[in-house]
Amino acid sequence: MTVVTPQEAPVADVPKSSGTRLVDRVFKMRELAILVVFLVMIAVTQAGNSQFLSEQGIKDLLLNATILVLVATGQSLVVITRNVDLSVGSTLGISAFAAGTYLQGGGNPVVAIALAVLLGIGFGLLNGLLVSLGQVPALVVTLGTLYIIRGIDSIWVGSSQITAADLPGGFVDFGSGGISAVPYLALIALAVLIATAYYLKHFASGRELYALGSNPEAARLAGIPVRKRILAAYTFCGALAGLAGAMYLARFGNVDSGTGTGYELTVVSAVVVGGVVFTGGSGSVYGAALGALLLTSINSVLPALGVSSVWVLAINGILLILAIAVDRVVALRVASALKKRNARHG
Amino acid sequence: MTHPSTTGPAPVLALKDVSKSFGAVRALRDVSLELFPGEVHALAGENGAGKSTLIKALAGVHRPDAGQVLLDGAPVTFHGPGDARDAGIAVIYQEPTLFPDLSIAENIYMGRQPRRALGRIDHKATHNATAALMERLGVELDPDRPARGLSIADQQIVEIAKALSFDARVLIMDEPTAALTGSEVARLFGVVRTLREQGAAVLFISHRLEEIFEICRRVTTLRDGALVGSEPLEGMTEDDLVRRMVGRDLDELYPKQEVTPGEVALSVRRLTREGVFTDVSFDVRHGEIVGLAGLVGAGRTEVARAVFGIDRWDAGEVTVDGKALVNGAPSTAMSAGLALVPEDRRAQGLVMDMSIERNIGLTGLRTTVKAGLMDRGAERSRSLDWAVKLQVKYARIADTVNTLSGGNQQKVVLAKWLATGPRVLIVDEPTRGIDVGTKAEVHRLLSQLAADGVAVLMISSDLPEILGMADRVLVMHEGRLTAEIPRSDATEETVMAAATGRAAA
Repeated sequence: MTVVTPQEAPVADVPKSSGTRLVDRVFKMRELAILVVFLVMIAVTQAGNSQFLSEQGIKDLLLNATILVLVATGQSLVVITRNVDLSVGSTLGISAFAAGTYLQGGGNPVVAIALAVLLGIGFGLLNGLLVSLGQVPALVVTLGTLYIIRGIDSIWVGSSQITAADLPGGFVDFGSGGISAVPYLALIALAVLIATAYYLKHFASGRELYALGSNPEAARLAGIPVRKRILAAYTFCGALAGLAGAMYLARFGNVDSGTGTGYELTVVSAVVVGGVVFTGGSGSVYGAALGALLLTSINSVLPALGVSSVWVLAINGILLILAIAVDRVVALRVASALKKRNARHG
Repeated sequence: MTHPSTTGPAPVLALKDVSKSFGAVRALRDVSLELFPGEVHALAGENGAGKSTLIKALAGVHRPDAGQVLLDGAPVTFHGPGDARDAGIAVIYQEPTLFPDLSIAENIYMGRQPRRALGRIDHKATHNATAALMERLGVELDPDRPARGLSIADQQIVEIAKALSFDARVLIMDEPTAALTGSEVARLFGVVRTLREQGAAVLFISHRLEEIFEICRRVTTLRDGALVGSEPLEGMTEDDLVRRMVGRDLDELYPKQEVTPGEVALSVRRLTREGVFTDVSFDVRHGEIVGLAGLVGAGRTEVARAVFGIDRWDAGEVTVDGKALVNGAPSTAMSAGLALVPEDRRAQGLVMDMSIERNIGLTGLRTTVKAGLMDRGAERSRSLDWAVKLQVKYARIADTVNTLSGGNQQKVVLAKWLATGPRVLIVDEPTRGIDVGTKAEVHRLLSQLAADGVAVLMISSDLPEILGMADRVLVMHEGRLTAEIPRSDATEETVMAAATGRAAA
């Protein structure tokens, strides 16, 4: 039998490369779609209420999104590995209180932030160890740590609370200040976001997070240190939750034992709306950040349009289901498109 | 063992008197094998002969209990697949293990990406290296394309490219052609020949004998975990090879009783599920065992699933004893007297953590209910009854099924479905991965059932089993029924010809 490769090659070539373009386009479109929805929403609101995009309006929009963007960035890394961290809300709460308690006694703001991050790293390590070594589903483990951390927080905080009056003035000013319409906090979040995205794209260990979320068994066969990577993802997620706690303190100045309760679900929604696939291996932190921006903006948009804010939660839910439905439809379409191509020359 | 000195160089990789046991099962007994550079070596043997255990010993997945693995003549110990890979051994499994979300280039270089300053990945170098590999293999695959959606054939090419990327000297291919079409096989063989000329040692496993003769130079045959021989293929006929592989009295393993078929029990007419199988029509009569042969991926299991109602069909009709079945409704299929023993008993046939008694009882939940509550006593006696009839070997009926051997698990699945008193029984790969003794028992049981008037449709990739047990053989190829061969005309050649899509001789 003669080798048929040369005559077969051109047949395989044409449909394959257009298949690639299709898939590429769809995945790039995913982030673009959220951005478009976001911009349309802002434009419509601005048209209905010209005060909406004032300098203060933009600043509020960004400030509201900042904390969610940070936590969603960390959560994305965990979700990419086909896991989830439900304890981020509790970690945020306890870190904020720890930083606040330290500052109450007249501490250094930088040390306070470091303290919050270290606390977050500690809880992240705990989650990571339980998930990677215990071989227990992440959903259950982090639901457990969610309650444990919240429990510790409640015992520690009791009925006391920290208010802005207890904090150094500079710290609170930093929390609400900025360069014209761009808050300092948003700049920090943006820096973290860009660094994380760069890491995920350009470093081997970053790509390995995608690999092990995409096919854990293949990852093991490829010699990827699976446990170490999962541990690292959780630690990073915890660190950002801790940092977000410090930022929460700076922004609101008000922390009690309930701070961050239920936040994990908002974070997971933002990540999923942003196109990070819940079954791992796909999505970007930029998408997650856009998802966070979109969800928090709805909070500001509805009042600006005169709609009662009781609708916010329902609309978040609809967005979430819409996002998943779109992903599913797109996945099916891509699959059938590729199948048809394969069938045509198969 | 003597080898012809025609190959010249010393073996790259060899096994010497290797044994491996799993519990009481001796999977390999004193097996030796030598792989030479620039040579394609075939590994032949029936299912369960120990081929996959041998591969795993070479690949560092299993460590031999006794004997040695020799690399360039020196004994080595592989502590894991990573060690074997570092030694230049690449294994391509039947089901490739890729990252669907990542690009082809990333799949190939995952964990070993070319770097630039500060440890960052050099994406351009990765892309170029992958493009070079694809060119070397003579295939047109875009390195930036995600692996999701690649055909099995292209996925295997990616696996081969991965092997090339770390300069594998030994390439082990476990049934790489099982799911490939004719032209894809030709392309794969082109690649294998190129590798051979570049000096790689290739170990090739295939159930298609003509492929072994086409591409291999020598063959090592295993039977029941022991070495039958290692010899040149030149001058050997397919019959010689089959005799070495089977080597036992077929009548004993396949106790087929002669029966006169009765009325049509299961009738399938022009059944189509778009993109999966097309225009499939056949009958199975009471008392008859009909074999359904074909390559992996030909659509046999899918037809069975559609007939039973697990998947919906797009067109066609299925009747049991003249009564039409409802599309996509397993419960009506069951009440019409249809039973399906699935292919993957661990995932589909059994609840592994449940007891034997409750597993058998699952199909009887409708009948062993009293006033809406489970009648545990009735369930137990029904289960015990069937476990005894099928001679399931267990300590207590309340033991979980994962404590049983593969063969006994298969008997539990059979018991579960026989307990429904089926008129039509569909069995999918009924003896895959079970030992010869239990295999003969399962065959005797199927034969007995047919003699009692049950219509049996048996899907099997085990050709001797099909030839030994079936009154008629249906053959599928790429989603279509390509042949119906009566027992008297069914041979390895006629069935394989239809299964690979060539016209019957």
